[in-house]
Amino acid sequence: MSTVKTVNTASTYTLRAKHRRSTLRTLAFLSPWLIGFSVFFAYPLISTVYFSFMHYDGFKPPVWSGTKNWTYVFEHYPFFWPALRNTLWLVLVMVTLRVAFGLGVGLLITKIKTGTGVFRTFFYLPYLAPPVAATMAFAFLLNPGTGPVNSILEKTGLPAPGWFNDPAWSKPALTLLALWGIGDLMVIFMAALLDVPKEQYEAAELDGATPWQRFRYVTLPNISPIVMFAVVTGVIQTMQYYTQPLIAGKVASGVIQGAGTQFEPGYPDKSTLTLPQLVYNLGFQRFDYGSACVVALVLFALSMAFTALLMRRKGGLIQAGER
Amino acid sequence: MPGTSRKAAIALAASASIALLATACTGQADSGASDDASKETTLNFWHAWSAPSEAKAVKELVAGFEKTHPNIHVNVVGNMTDDKINQALRTGGGKAPDVISSFTTNSVGRFCSSGALVDLNPFFEKSGIAPEKTFPKAMNEYTQFEGNRCAVPLLGDAYGLYYNKTAFEKAGIAGPPKTWSEFEKTAEKLTIPQGESYKQLGFMPNYHGWETTTEHYLGQFSPTYFDKDGKSNVAKDPAFEKAFTVQKKLVDALGGYRKLETYRSKLGDEWGPKHPFHTGQVAMQLDGEWRLGMALDTKPKFEIGVAPLPVPDDQADQYGKGYITGTIAGIAATSTKQNAAWELVKYMTTDTDAVVNFSNAIHNVPSTLAALKSPNLKYDPRFKTFLEIAANPDSTTAPASVNGGVYLTTIQEFGYDYESGKATDLKAGLKKTARQIDTDIAQAK
Repeated sequence: MSTVKTVNTASTYTLRAKHRRSTLRTLAFLSPWLIGFSVFFAYPLISTVYFSFMHYDGFKPPVWSGTKNWTYVFEHYPFFWPALRNTLWLVLVMVTLRVAFGLGVGLLITKIKTGTGVFRTFFYLPYLAPPVAATMAFAFLLNPGTGPVNSILEKTGLPAPGWFNDPAWSKPALTLLALWGIGDLMVIFMAALLDVPKEQYEAAELDGATPWQRFRYVTLPNISPIVMFAVVTGVIQTMQYYTQPLIAGKVASGVIQGAGTQFEPGYPDKSTLTLPQLVYNLGFQRFDYGSACVVALVLFALSMAFTALLMRRKGGLIQAGER
Repeated sequence: MPGTSRKAAIALAASASIALLATACTGQADSGASDDASKETTLNFWHAWSAPSEAKAVKELVAGFEKTHPNIHVNVVGNMTDDKINQALRTGGGKAPDVISSFTTNSVGRFCSSGALVDLNPFFEKSGIAPEKTFPKAMNEYTQFEGNRCAVPLLGDAYGLYYNKTAFEKAGIAGPPKTWSEFEKTAEKLTIPQGESYKQLGFMPNYHGWETTTEHYLGQFSPTYFDKDGKSNVAKDPAFEKAFTVQKKLVDALGGYRKLETYRSKLGDEWGPKHPFHTGQVAMQLDGEWRLGMALDTKPKFEIGVAPLPVPDDQADQYGKGYITGTIAGIAATSTKQNAAWELVKYMTTDTDAVVNFSNAIHNVPSTLAALKSPNLKYDPRFKTFLEIAANPDSTTAPASVNGGVYLTTIQEFGYDYESGKATDLKAGLKKTARQIDTDIAQAK
């Protein structure tokens, strides 16, 4: 009995040692990711949650303030709801149009027989323009008083909008700017479209499918993982939309921010205000880290919710890709 | 097995997070001034001036200091915006500034209340300098918050009225208006319509018209921004209602908000040579003392006149006052060389010759009473108007607040709504603005 027990104990020890070694080995292999995940994701996220409940100005040590920052942002901070509405508008309109336009341009270029390279370059180049320069150029082009776009519109008898100077037109103007820089999506969609098996089109044609039916039942199912990728990354990028609306608002408002100029973003009438601008404004201009963290967490929650919703509806990227 | 690995991974991530979180919550650097200013030392001085002529003037100012303090060397870093300065004040370290200079007075309350800049009262006492006898009244006010003097004025800005003398003569106007009701009539008289736009606009009253901010208009009405309990006075002090009414009347009289905004979008920017006052597109301009030099540099085709801004009709006896702001200097709480840093700050801000020479080079208003009277000041005769505005005891400023200039931007936001017609009930709007200011201040405390 005792011999059996000894053997059992020894084998348990061996098993445990093996188990431990295996665990350590796994952890060792995982360690680069674990460290990266901890430092660049878990720590900032936990810190953001922590600071959202603290009164912290970046100078004095943080002090517990309960839900004060949350109440302030949701109930008293006058810029939060306009910024949230603008961000949601951009997510719904700008992302949808960007994906549709990117796909449209991609389809067009894959169909062109001659001069494909020229058109590819033509559509891709704007994407390479630095966002600040591109936005400033658009603000000058769309200047309601001196811009060439309105001059042409006026000469042709069409109504000339106020673009970045009109709250009703500032977000459509930003959308135009985003559509101009469609090069990234065009390239991705072109690669996906060229990857669709030709036999499927041939079979569809033999069955008498119309061009729309070929697109709907052959092209779209084949490229749906790419469409999903474009939508998800578009939503995340739009949630982080900062530079273009800030610069457009500044240029249109006429306020050139010097070293001592106080500029509240959102011109005109808070219509170009987005949530990332609030994070910067609260944290780095108002020294209210706690409230900035609340807005950052709202952004995180929204990004997660949108992504989860999209992935769930389409069955996820991997599943779609495996089809 | 997978369960164990997951637990281990979670434990590892949690430990790492807690360790990192703990390190993030450590205290601030010690701000004691125990250094010996007579020993060899090097200071870092960050300032916001960026133009080559301005940078040269700062270098000359510092060179003058190094000549009188041969043991203290100064490493000058220019073109530093407030955002960069804020970050450096938070982090400290060997390369961080010991002395900073900021273009805005709006941050003084934040700098003082947060302890980012040290209280200079003990330094002033030690040096036997009385700030209230050294600096003009408004400048003395905007460099302290609740008794904590964490900043010192380093040259100032005074706001006045620039006018196109040639256009005045053509319109048969004898001289600059002294009250707001005279101003409205003058602006209308100077306005020459052209189709849906203007050939010449008398005055751009919109709050986005560069320096025509709510803060600068309000300066002429001598408002009391806060009551004795620190609560917003915006809804209680009639000065605010008067100022908003005057501006709105101007907007309506000169063509309405939308027409003026469309015209504004066609005009050159504030800091460029095509500024509408330089080009003659706008006949009167509310602006700081720097505009004179900038306008003269563009060689305008008309004669420039300078005068104080108008005052409310019931304050006609105070004509000559203006809004005052300026550049400030301070010592970083993270600096370990605060005594040496004080020597630099003291020299730059209180040495009459240094202030006068710097003012001559930068073309800003000197920030000490002695320098304002100095015979060594060199200026265009028209610049004297700004010297007088700066020295005028009725001149006003915006007080420091715990959350910096947030209350000013809140007032400005209401101004945008009111001038555009989005808000029509002035009293209700001012009450709402006051509530917002109080809420923002409570949030910052």
